[in-house]
Amino acid sequence: MHSLPRHAPKVGLAAGTRNAQHEPLWLQYALITAAVSTMLVLVVVPVIYVFAVAFQKGVGPVIQVLFRDADTLSSFYLTGIVAPVAVIANVLFGLAAAWTITRFRFPGRALLTTIIDLPFAVSPVVAGLMLLLILGRRGYLGPLLESYDFQFVGSWIALVLVTTFVTLPFVVRELIPVMEAIGPDEEIAAISLGANGWQMFWRITLPNIKWGLLYGIILCSARAIGEFGAAYVVSSRVSGESETVPLRVQKLLESYKTEGAFAVAAVLALLSLITLAIKIALEHKTQADLNELAQAKAEVEAAE
Amino acid sequence: MSSKRVLPGLPFSLSFSLIYLLLMVIIPLTACLFAASSLTPAQFLKAVWDERARCAYWVTFSCSAAAAVVDTFLGLLLAWVLVRYEFPGKRLMDSLVDLPFAMPTAVAGLVYSALYSQNGWFGRVLLPLGIPTANSWLAIVLVLSFIGLPFVVRAVQPVLEGIDAELEEAAACLGATRWQTFTKVLLPTLYPALVTGFALTFARGIGEYGSVIFVSGNRQFQTEIAPFLIVVRLEEFAYAEATAIASVLLFASFCMLGLINFMERKTMGSGH
Amino acid sequence: MSIVIKNLTKRFGSMVALNDVCFEAPAGELLALLGPSGSGKTTLLRVIAGLEFADVGTVKFENEDVTHRSPKERQVGFVFQHYALFRHMTVFENVAFGLRVRHRPNSEVTPRVMQLLELVRLGGLEKRYPSQLSGGQRQRVALARALAVQPRMLLLDEPFGALDAKVRAELRQWLRQLHEEIHVTTVFVTHDQEEAFEVADRVVVMQKGRIEQSGSPQEVFDHPASPFVMDFIGNVNVFHGRVQHGKAHMGSLQIDYPDYPQAESREATAYVRPHELDVDKAPFAKSSICGRITQVNPAGSLAKLRIWSDEFGMALNVDLDHDRFSALGLASGDMIYVSPRRARVFVPETTEVDYSI
Repeated sequence: MHSLPRHAPKVGLAAGTRNAQHEPLWLQYALITAAVSTMLVLVVVPVIYVFAVAFQKGVGPVIQVLFRDADTLSSFYLTGIVAPVAVIANVLFGLAAAWTITRFRFPGRALLTTIIDLPFAVSPVVAGLMLLLILGRRGYLGPLLESYDFQFVGSWIALVLVTTFVTLPFVVRELIPVMEAIGPDEEIAAISLGANGWQMFWRITLPNIKWGLLYGIILCSARAIGEFGAAYVVSSRVSGESETVPLRVQKLLESYKTEGAFAVAAVLALLSLITLAIKIALEHKTQADLNELAQAKAEVEAAE
Repeated sequence: MSSKRVLPGLPFSLSFSLIYLLLMVIIPLTACLFAASSLTPAQFLKAVWDERARCAYWVTFSCSAAAAVVDTFLGLLLAWVLVRYEFPGKRLMDSLVDLPFAMPTAVAGLVYSALYSQNGWFGRVLLPLGIPTANSWLAIVLVLSFIGLPFVVRAVQPVLEGIDAELEEAAACLGATRWQTFTKVLLPTLYPALVTGFALTFARGIGEYGSVIFVSGNRQFQTEIAPFLIVVRLEEFAYAEATAIASVLLFASFCMLGLINFMERKTMGSGH
Repeated sequence: MSIVIKNLTKRFGSMVALNDVCFEAPAGELLALLGPSGSGKTTLLRVIAGLEFADVGTVKFENEDVTHRSPKERQVGFVFQHYALFRHMTVFENVAFGLRVRHRPNSEVTPRVMQLLELVRLGGLEKRYPSQLSGGQRQRVALARALAVQPRMLLLDEPFGALDAKVRAELRQWLRQLHEEIHVTTVFVTHDQEEAFEVADRVVVMQKGRIEQSGSPQEVFDHPASPFVMDFIGNVNVFHGRVQHGKAHMGSLQIDYPDYPQAESREATAYVRPHELDVDKAPFAKSSICGRITQVNPAGSLAKLRIWSDEFGMALNVDLDHDRFSALGLASGDMIYVSPRRARVFVPETTEVDYSI
């Protein structure tokens, strides 16, 4: 396609499709139009709308809402603690679980993978409820916690726990395919050359999986920051105390501070756009790494 | 696998993973089921099957199903266009498909509620036409369609990319029209991916809370979803009832998870 | 139905896949397109099927110009290299596909499919799925599927490429037999000269998008039209030397070459097939070269010798029949004299001439 002039963007069939895969031109245009319209209506216009409403009266009011409102500031502060703690916990778990699952064969391995997926299927509200049933004031451990004067509902620990539960599969789900594709050869070589477990991990495993890991962290963080349902259940919803950023959005809306709600929402939307940009960059990196790997393997096979 | 003996760390990583899962997933789930089972059958049935709960299930399941159907069609359309065609902005569009994953649900709810309300860009046009896009069943379906959009696209896209062009050429040589090739050769090949995408969207819809409560109006017997009813029960300190409803949701989503696993195995099994 | 191809040219970007190709396949013939990978043979087959459209040139079936017709309109049976079976359909439904899309009634479909499955010897396997079949069986399902719609011709792309050697040999025989039975014009693509020569009525040798030679297997084998064909279709011994005054000199070998009577000496190459070399324990014929036997392989219908020649710095391959081999009582390490009964000499810019000595 290099012969096409730069200023004439191509509309039509993707490179590499064969004659027998071609639809009539009118159908191609109709399908492309339908797809683009879908994306405009469902995704693009809503995103633009957040910013349009938030900045309706210029940048000033937005800054006012974000930085002059103590409760909003404290919600950023709370999310700034809760999300990273949850992500770190899930990174540690993700590394251990992916190592276990991809590098060893043991009975119950498939079951382990299934259990890891369970949080995907559990409604966030139910996730919050489950923790309340154990740690809440009327929960199984409620009396015990009360005797230590610990109030679970509304504590930052409660928020961390539900967020961790809801985002639990993200890191490990990204790591498993990457580690599976890379295979254990380099690690076995390192061990056979006399490296100990930590040396192997820092020098071989981690550099190999770094992009995949980062990708998992990004996805996990986006979810952790945005978690609403589970946080709603275990939060006391007292402004300035137990309100994460998404909860703050709702509180502002409920108290008819629409502008404030949209200003905070715009920050979250901006974060998700940044997440998306990083994700795309990382996808290219992981893909390039995996392609390189596949090529090296193909060369070895060809040599044999 | 020869690495079993060579590579270090199994005892540590396995026990760490197991303890983590035990504390974070298994014990909470067991507690939930245990709490639900502490009700007598009559109490359980009353909690699970009173009229308000039945309405909430209906709203939850019908909206999730409708959104999943919508997303199955839209997802297939988007995946098709992204794989088969070329147009300006295609790469941007491909990236934006993931936005619903990255966007906090509360933001989605807030925007959709505003966009389709009387003063919103879309509501201004649609509401006067008598299309109830605010605080309605339709509003829930719309926002759930947004939330679930990436699932079908991302399930179908790689399968569509991997389809051997020879299959379509073979069908053409055998005299099939393009439409016949699509319905008889391509759709059956994409079917497991479509079902997986449908199930994921549906499961996500059943559990979704953050976005829906903003758009639905949460009116009892009309637009109240089951997760919202759980929250209501919790606020009444009716833990047992809340748990009973939760167990119904859990059961439904685990069925979906089972279906997804089955489909994945089917896709892998039929590969050569 | 005959196929007539005129002046086909097809480019993919800057790569010329077909370069002014002309050929004809008479009705009912079994024809092989033979060539190395990238020679354009598969492209030619796909152009005949309508899966690819040429930039220039025409494709005619009998007297009907089909150059711009779609595959559906051409009604050809195409068997893909990897079979392209529909894996979600049973064997029966795969074979029935072409009839189903034409909305034929069940009363017609069922007997036709069953009859075809008998023909390809897959009776009883109609309820299986492609994944439950062996490679050879899948190949035959693909063939039955292509035949179900009573195609005007049958096109096969590397039909035996993906099979192991034993199954491949069986299927070749069987394809030959099948063709005798159904007698539909058949074109198959292969890079394996043995396969082409064993199965086809006619062989078309292709290289770099051009047809190098076309003819019966015997013709192509005995009278290769170019060094490429000579080289490609067989294990051959190559001698480099010069020609002058009607004689070619390849080291101590001397071969008559009356087509070049000039006094000016020019480079030339002589090609000799292994079975065209004769051996003896003493110098014989007009000229012979001396060598040492490095390897003896008496297995098979011929004894295969490898003889190292110091003079040419290369190993010669010689095939001897067993009588001659035992009469000479040869063993590895023996010194021996070699002389060609026959050689083909090519001088650049002139054509090949055959010489018996």
